[in-house]
Amino acid sequence: MNTEITGIVLMYAAVVLLAVPLGRYIGKVFTGTKTIFDTLFNPIDRLFYKLGAVNPLKEMSWKQHLVALLTINLFWFLLCMFVLTNMSWLPLNPDGNPSMSGDLAFNTSVSFITNTNLQHYSGESGLSYLGQLVLMLWQFISAGCGIAIAAVVFFAMKERTTDKLGNFYYFFVRSSTRILFPLALVVATLLLFNGTPMTLKGKDTIVSLQGDTMHVSRGPVAAFVAIKQLGTNGGGFFGPNSAHPFENPNYFSNIVETISILLIPMAMIFALGYVLKRRKLAWVIFGVMTVGFLLLLIPTVANEMHGNNAIANMHIAQPMGSMEGKEVRFGSAAAAYWAVNTTVTSNGSVNAMHDSLTPLSGMFAMLGMMVNSFYGGVGVGFLNFYIFIILAVFISGLMVGRTPELLGKKIEAREMKIAMIIALLHPFLILVSTAIAAHLYAHNPQVYAGWLNNPGYHGFSEMLYEFTSSSANNGSGFEGLGDNTPFWNISCGIVMLLARYLPIIGPVAIAGLLAKKQYIPESAGTLKIDTATFGIMVFTVIAIVAALSFFPALTLGPIAEYFSLR
Amino acid sequence: MKEHIFPAIRITLVSFIFFSGIYTLIILGIARFVPNKGEGFITGTAEKKYYSNIGQKFTDDKYFNSRPSAVDYNAAGAGGSNKGPSNPEYLAQVQARVDTFLVHNPGVKKENIPSDLVTASGSGLDPDISVQAARIQVKRIAKIRGIAEPNLQALIVNNTEKPFAGLFGQAKINVLKLNLALDQLK
Repeated sequence: MNTEITGIVLMYAAVVLLAVPLGRYIGKVFTGTKTIFDTLFNPIDRLFYKLGAVNPLKEMSWKQHLVALLTINLFWFLLCMFVLTNMSWLPLNPDGNPSMSGDLAFNTSVSFITNTNLQHYSGESGLSYLGQLVLMLWQFISAGCGIAIAAVVFFAMKERTTDKLGNFYYFFVRSSTRILFPLALVVATLLLFNGTPMTLKGKDTIVSLQGDTMHVSRGPVAAFVAIKQLGTNGGGFFGPNSAHPFENPNYFSNIVETISILLIPMAMIFALGYVLKRRKLAWVIFGVMTVGFLLLLIPTVANEMHGNNAIANMHIAQPMGSMEGKEVRFGSAAAAYWAVNTTVTSNGSVNAMHDSLTPLSGMFAMLGMMVNSFYGGVGVGFLNFYIFIILAVFISGLMVGRTPELLGKKIEAREMKIAMIIALLHPFLILVSTAIAAHLYAHNPQVYAGWLNNPGYHGFSEMLYEFTSSSANNGSGFEGLGDNTPFWNISCGIVMLLARYLPIIGPVAIAGLLAKKQYIPESAGTLKIDTATFGIMVFTVIAIVAALSFFPALTLGPIAEYFSLR
Repeated sequence: MKEHIFPAIRITLVSFIFFSGIYTLIILGIARFVPNKGEGFITGTAEKKYYSNIGQKFTDDKYFNSRPSAVDYNAAGAGGSNKGPSNPEYLAQVQARVDTFLVHNPGVKKENIPSDLVTASGSGLDPDISVQAARIQVKRIAKIRGIAEPNLQALIVNNTEKPFAGLFGQAKINVLKLNLALDQLK
C-alpha cells in the first residue's frame, strides 16, 4: 500500500486504541473512582480547592453550574485584555514585541477564552513570551471548562430524578489537572526530543550557507504546542502553526500531534459510556461520528493527493499531490488527514495552509465545522451532538406516534424550543455575518480591497470560512483574508462569544430540566437509543440540517470554484 | 453570581501559577536533556551553525535549490502564500517559476519538474525537497561544479531520508544537509 495512506491508517488506528482506555479513565475522573494517579493528584487538587476557597463537595443545580462557568470566563476575559494590551512593558519580552490594539486584543481574548484560538496576529511579532504563556493558560483551562460542563450533562443524563449535578469546580479542576496536564507533559516531551524548541531566549541570528543573514524566532514552543493540540485549541506559537518546522519538526511529531487532536474528543464518548454505564450507547455515538468523519476524510485525501487541476492543465507533474501551502515532510495525504481532523473537532491548528487546499477539500473542511459534532471540541463536541440526539428523539417520537423520551425522561415543548434555537443558531451566525461581509465588499470593493487575497469564488470562500471557523469555535482560517481590521476583529469576536456560550447554556439547560423530571422506567414501548436504527436517525437529522442550511452558501464558494477548474 | 466571583479569581490565579508557571518550568527542565538544550537542533561546524529544521533559501545555481517561499525564508515571520488553487495571479507565478527553472536547467523537460519545486510551502521555511526535485537538478550542478553525475546521484541516495519506520509518509531530502555534503565533495 502507498506509504502515505498507511501513515493515515496508523494515525487513526492509534487514536482509537488510545481513546478507549482514556475514556474509561476520564469517566473515573468524573465519578471520583480511584485511579493509580490519585497519590500524585489528590494533594495538587486539594491545594487548588484550598487556595481557590471552594468546597468541591457542594452540589450545584444546572443554573449554578452555568453561573460559575460564566463568572470565571468573564474574569479570564478581563485578565487577558489587560495582559495583551500591556505586553510591551510587562516581563518576558526578549524580542521587544508591542502591545496589541484594543480591537485585536478583544478578538484574541475572546478567541482564547472560548477555546477557539482564531488568530488575527502572528506569534513571532505579535506576542511577548508572557502573552504566549497567558494564552497557554486559557488553552488548559478553557478546555478544562468544556470537559467539566460535558461532565455535568453526563450526570444529568443518569436514570434518576435530581437537580443536584455535582460541583463545577470539582469537575473543572480535575479535568485540567488529571486529564489535560499529564497528557500535555507526555506530548511536550515527545516533541522536545524531535526538535521542537523550549527556551526563553529570543531570536537568534545566523548566516545561511548561501550567505544570507537570517533571524530565527524561538521560544517556549514545546509546552505550548502540546496543549494546543490536546485541548482542541489550535492557536499556534508561530504564524503558520504546525506547518512551522519548529512546531512540527518531522513525520513522527506530526503523528503525535495529529493523534492529540482527536484523542480527548473521541475519549469523551467512551467516558459517557462509563458514566452512564451504557457502553453500547457510546459505540452507537462513536459509529455515527465515525461515518461522518470518514465521509469528509476520504474525498479530501483523494482530492489533495490528486493535485490541483489548474496546475495539471499547465502540464506540471504533481507526484506528491497538491503542494502549494504544504510541507514535503508531511506530504499531501497527512496534510489532508490533519485538515479534516482539525475541522471536525474544534481544534483549528493546521499543518498546511487551508486557503490553498483544492476547492472541494476546502468545502469538506468547512462542512466539518458546520456540523461541528463529528467528535467535536473537547466536551462541547458532545454538547452539540446532544442537541442532534434531542432532535432525533423528537422526530422519531412523532414518526411512531409516542411521547418522545430520552433515557426515561419525557422531552416536551420547552426542551424542544431550546434545542431548535441552538440548532439554528450556528447557521444563523455563519450565514448572516458572511452576508454582511459580502454585502460590504460587493458595494465597496476599493475600500475593502485589503480583505481578500484571492479573487472570485475563492474570495467568497475566504469570508465564509472565517465566520464558519468563528462560529464553530474552531480557529483555523483561510489565512489570506486580511483579518486584522476592526470589522473582522469585532465581528468575529461577537460570533465566537455567542457561539461558545449559547451552545453551552442550551444543552445544559435541557439536560438539567430533564434530570428534574420524573423517571419513567423502560418498557416495551420505549424508544431505544442504543441501536443502529437510532444511529441512522441521528445521522440523517445532522445531514438534513447541514444540507438545508449550508449548501446554498457552499455552492457560491467552493463548489463554483471546483467547476471553474475542470 | 457574587458567591462565584472570588473563587473564580482565586482559582484562575492558582491555575496561572500551575499551568503557565510550573508546567512551563517542568518542560524547560526536560529541555536541558535534549540536544542543544531545547534551543532547536543544530547542524554544521562549531564556528558555522545552522538550524537543521529551518529551511534556508538556496537560489544559487551551484547549490541544490530549495522550494519557493512566500516569505523569502524569513524565520522571524514565517508563512505561506495563501493563494487559492484558481487564482490567475498565482498560476502565472507558478508558470514564471517553471520558466525560470527551465532557463537555469537547460535540457530538462517541463513535465518532469515536480510541483514541490514550483509551489510555496505552508511555513515558507520548508527544509526539505522531494527526491525527484533533487535528481532533476543534478545535471546543472554537475556542469557548474565539474563533478561527475554518478557522484551526485550517490550523494542524493546517501542523503535521502526514508519514510518514517520505512512504512509511513514519503522519502525526502533535507536541502541544507545535502548542500553541506555537496560542499564537502571535491
